[in-house]
Amino acid sequence: MGKRLWSVPPSSSSLPPPPSSSSLLLPPPPLLSDSVWEGKALVHRRRPGGCQDAIRSLRLFLFPICGLPEDQLRPPLLLLPPLHHPHFNKPRTSRRLAVPGRSVKTEPPTKMSGYQGKKNIPRITSDRLLIKGAKIVNDDQSFCADIYMEDGVIKQIGENLIVPGGVKTIDAHGGMLMPGGIDVHTRFQMPDRGMTAADDFYQGTKAALAGGTTMIIDHVIPEPGISLISAFEQWREWADSKSCCDYSLHVDITEWHKGIQEEMETLVKDHGVNSFLVYLAYKDIFQLTDSQVYEVFSVIRDLGAIAQVHAENGDIVAEEQRRILEQGITGPEGHVLSRPEEVEAEAVNRSVTVANQTNCPLYVTKVMSKSAADVIAQARKKGTVVYGEPITASLGTDGSHYWSKNWAKAAAYVTSPPLSPDPTTPDYLNSLLSCGDLQVTGSAHCPFNTAQRAVGKDDFSLIPEGVNGTEERMSIIWDKCVVTGKMDENQFVAVTSTNAAKIFNLYPRKGRIAVGSDADLVLWDPDLTKIISAKSHNSTVEYNIFEGTEVRGGPLVVISQGKIVLEEGNLHATEGSGRYVARKPFPDYVYKRIKARSRLAELRGVPRGLYDGPVCEVSVTPKTMTPASSAKTSPAKQPNQPVRNLHQSGFSLSGAQIDDNVPRRNTQRIVAPPGGRANITSLG
Amino acid sequence: LPTTVYRGKRDFDRLLIKGGRIVNDDQSFHADIYMEDGLIKQIGDNLIVPGGVKTIEANGKMVIPGGIDIHTHFQMPYRGTTTVDDFNQGSKAALAGGTTMIVDHVIPEPGTSLMEAYDQWRQWADEKTCCDYSLHVDITHWNDSVKQEVDNLIKEKGVNSFHVYMAYKDYYQMSNSELYEVFTFLAERGGIAQVHAENGEIIAEEQARMLQMGITGPEGHVLSRPEELEAEAVFRAITIASQTNCPLYVTRVMSKSAADIISQARKKGNVVFGEPITASLGTDGTHYWSKNWAKAASFVTSPPLSPDPTTPDYLNTLLSSGDLSVTGSAHCTFSVAQKAIGKDDFTQIPEGVNGVEERMALIWDKAVTTGKMDENMFVAVTSTNAAKILNLYPRKGRIAVGSDADLVIWDTDSIRTITAKTHNSAAEYNVFEGMELRGAPLVVICQGKIVLEDGNLHATSGVGRFIPCSPFPDFAYKRVKARKQLAVLRAVPRGMYDGPVSEFSMSRGGTPSASARTSPTKQPVRNLHQSGFSLAGPPTPDDVPIRPAGRRIVVPPGGRSNITSLS
Repeated sequence: MGKRLWSVPPSSSSLPPPPSSSSLLLPPPPLLSDSVWEGKALVHRRRPGGCQDAIRSLRLFLFPICGLPEDQLRPPLLLLPPLHHPHFNKPRTSRRLAVPGRSVKTEPPTKMSGYQGKKNIPRITSDRLLIKGAKIVNDDQSFCADIYMEDGVIKQIGENLIVPGGVKTIDAHGGMLMPGGIDVHTRFQMPDRGMTAADDFYQGTKAALAGGTTMIIDHVIPEPGISLISAFEQWREWADSKSCCDYSLHVDITEWHKGIQEEMETLVKDHGVNSFLVYLAYKDIFQLTDSQVYEVFSVIRDLGAIAQVHAENGDIVAEEQRRILEQGITGPEGHVLSRPEEVEAEAVNRSVTVANQTNCPLYVTKVMSKSAADVIAQARKKGTVVYGEPITASLGTDGSHYWSKNWAKAAAYVTSPPLSPDPTTPDYLNSLLSCGDLQVTGSAHCPFNTAQRAVGKDDFSLIPEGVNGTEERMSIIWDKCVVTGKMDENQFVAVTSTNAAKIFNLYPRKGRIAVGSDADLVLWDPDLTKIISAKSHNSTVEYNIFEGTEVRGGPLVVISQGKIVLEEGNLHATEGSGRYVARKPFPDYVYKRIKARSRLAELRGVPRGLYDGPVCEVSVTPKTMTPASSAKTSPAKQPNQPVRNLHQSGFSLSGAQIDDNVPRRNTQRIVAPPGGRANITSLG
Repeated sequence: LPTTVYRGKRDFDRLLIKGGRIVNDDQSFHADIYMEDGLIKQIGDNLIVPGGVKTIEANGKMVIPGGIDIHTHFQMPYRGTTTVDDFNQGSKAALAGGTTMIVDHVIPEPGTSLMEAYDQWRQWADEKTCCDYSLHVDITHWNDSVKQEVDNLIKEKGVNSFHVYMAYKDYYQMSNSELYEVFTFLAERGGIAQVHAENGEIIAEEQARMLQMGITGPEGHVLSRPEELEAEAVFRAITIASQTNCPLYVTRVMSKSAADIISQARKKGNVVFGEPITASLGTDGTHYWSKNWAKAASFVTSPPLSPDPTTPDYLNTLLSSGDLSVTGSAHCTFSVAQKAIGKDDFTQIPEGVNGVEERMALIWDKAVTTGKMDENMFVAVTSTNAAKILNLYPRKGRIAVGSDADLVIWDTDSIRTITAKTHNSAAEYNVFEGMELRGAPLVVICQGKIVLEDGNLHATSGVGRFIPCSPFPDFAYKRVKARKQLAVLRAVPRGMYDGPVSEFSMSRGGTPSASARTSPTKQPVRNLHQSGFSLAGPPTPDDVPIRPAGRRIVVPPGGRSNITSLS
């Protein structure tokens, strides 16, 4: 049994001398006082400037024996949610035990934290874990507290927690502790024309964990013609056997008929799926028509799920691909040339329109261009319930690499919608992500190795699509958004986990540090700098699209299901430990507004007397719009509504009238009155 | 003076307007105008004119180019019936309102020949029209023979604008791919792509839903066609036009959101023109809720009038600012009995509203008297811009020597109340009923002859000539041509990829055509064990065609992929 010391604070000499008048003395927490831990210390990184202060303050807060003026350093915090632990009902006077005039005593660091041990617990169980001295960062606030976890669930948050003996303890030294990331969009192990994406669920989730992501939501892609349920079960089987972190599944709708609708119902009711993706691209393969999308969205709304959309105009893409190939452009640059960003923006605009029409919440996957993001931002301003998901690639790099002379490198960037060749795109998308116009981030991680990509070496339209990004996602966003001051740490949490959890009805189990939430946590080091490279990444592919990018910020410790999976740079992922997380329909975050609008949006006809003037004769070719509508009320097919014969009296003593069979709606209220808007679901 | 051949009606062949203020789209100035043989011969002061010329004293009133109504549907066949205003009735109404040229739409039934339909329309119009006319041809289906016909129409028949439908599912509606092909073809041949912009698929769904809910009256028409569907289709049409580098013309801009999309696209540099119609500039869609079925039905047109009552004012503003370019009437009137075909199902109501007679006065009243635009802009949106788009400028749409003598003396102070009792259309309802409009034509001169004077209309059936429009109008195509030169795409010259290639099945791939062209099986993986070296000649890699290194990459890394958009 190795004895280890969890973090040694820097020697007190590095700290300014504490003013004695306000110094504190607090005995170490009783449970930890006789720690037997000693040995190798976690490398304590020297941090510059403000961060150092924060760490000092937090260390002081939890280990006041180190001594610094409390009122000066203690953050305005402890706006903790009410906890049921009795400890929190007691006044916190125990902290004020400082004896004025007493100098600070520094106890040996070996006694500061630890685990009682051998006697009580034969081995270190990672089922119980205490994190001390962390700055807990949620999407709404940050505060300093300790966290105690048991059985994969957060049990206590606060100070001076009463925890059982033998608990493994991590000293956060004031580092930021945030909910583990949720990567809402992965495609691990994705089959494509007999090949499989290079990262399977094991490799993929390992990469996710290495980057601070503790949950992934993968896409089930049934081949057209295959049942949704059997595809779903296939994905469950793959993921259950290999996934190292919790996961959930989106299901893609790749064709549309009545059977699919029933399967969707089953998936929502019995299998915990609450999001379905439709494709507006991939003509003749996955693409659905506007009518089909309308019907899918109507079904999704009735089921209380989220409509996801791959937004590109597949018809135009197909035409452009042909044109570009005809011009002799066969390399990866043809991929982006045939999919200009306007085609993406157009499809986003169209899906927003259909979603408005059907009063269905919309989620746009892979927002890759400025114009597509603008369409989403505008729609939100008009009141549409729409969410936009930029991915690591669109936030971190651009499409100029498609012109690389190295075919393999250029091909590694092939994904759809493509990365925009406009180099200002990542910055723009990061800005919209920061201001809330875009809400969630995924990676769309679906890399293929070079030999697989080379299937399209003579024809860009055959290159399998997908880029890496699950490992880099958190760091890229931190570096591009938080370091640059676009967003704060709380917004960072919102876009990397909380919003995703809310949209997909996982909140507050995931995406929040609170008592009762899953113990998926990341101790984040804002100063960790790293150069991303295919040499060191956890993916199996030869190219990393962020190659050479230096990012600041990374996970120091990652805890998944209450177990430490990353520490000191070592990954301890366990294949198959990931659980499937079922999601309920009608997430409040999304459906509260939808429900209110559904009630309002009932339309009524105008009660009129029957038109009884002359009616023109019509010829055979009716100007019908849909077979459905014409079949329903074609004048020819309603012989029971003849032109009223004015010569014949309809009066009868028995009370029956000739037009009794005509439904009159005199009592119905017109909810959308003249002058009002026809479509109440849009607030614009 | 040019020698002229005297004909019978020589009194009317020569005309002098004295003391008028000539208003073109660029400037206004005082001058006399002398016309002969239907052409403007002289403009200036103290003109030397032959004796016996009829003279009109304008007394300082405005003389403007006669209006061009760029969108009419006279005598349109519909399920065995015909719209109540034929070319005679319709063009008479046009002249009464100060419009001296109309452009009608030829609508071939899907599956029938464009050329035959064109000939049919020519025949109808030549017989009856009282003013000059041109024709747009609607493309209601698409295949190679249609393509050939479009080509012939452009080259030989004087048609330069073709209309496609994004609505009317399973009937006129075109898929995105077809639109792409039509636009590509028109861009090559110098045509203008006109589009009826509404998402027909969603409309069909919404219509089914409305009828299911028991909404069968005309309010169902507007409820099933919310303005978002119009805006969506406009957005899509602009995307495809931009992709194909084809000038786009959106007919019937009926809603604020559709107009917004057009003005945004214009700001980004797209070549797109928007056409609000008399109805959308003058009234709104609240009347669909009228308890009088016949009245409600008379407003049925597609895209529908917006129920938002602020729409007309908004569209007038955009018309004044230049974001919308031209005005039509989409005049297509049906009698109440014809509208009653849809008395139990709003989807069966024949669509169309009046507006050819009211167009000029309505724009004057809504836009000029309110100070939104000046008289020159008024001329631009009622005639000049239309003439430029149709490539008829300066023959039409301008008062200049050599231009056609289609003129209107405009009385800015005349006040008139519009009513079906006095209008020149044959329809029982007028969608502008009761509206008081300031501004009206005092004298209308068409083909150099006075057709309206002292409130009396002297229109002659069959005098209207077909005016052929030539392709590549400068107004639209100068920019398009320049962009075409820039937008040439080039491949990146790379060595051949000669690494390993995965096995894969072809069950799923890009487009079938693409996969057929360059199936990887045709290019075997290079055998690394076999030496390519030979004393006799170049090593094997050289027989791989390496693309010339000298080619310039016009779209460089970091640049925009699509040069046709200036944003």
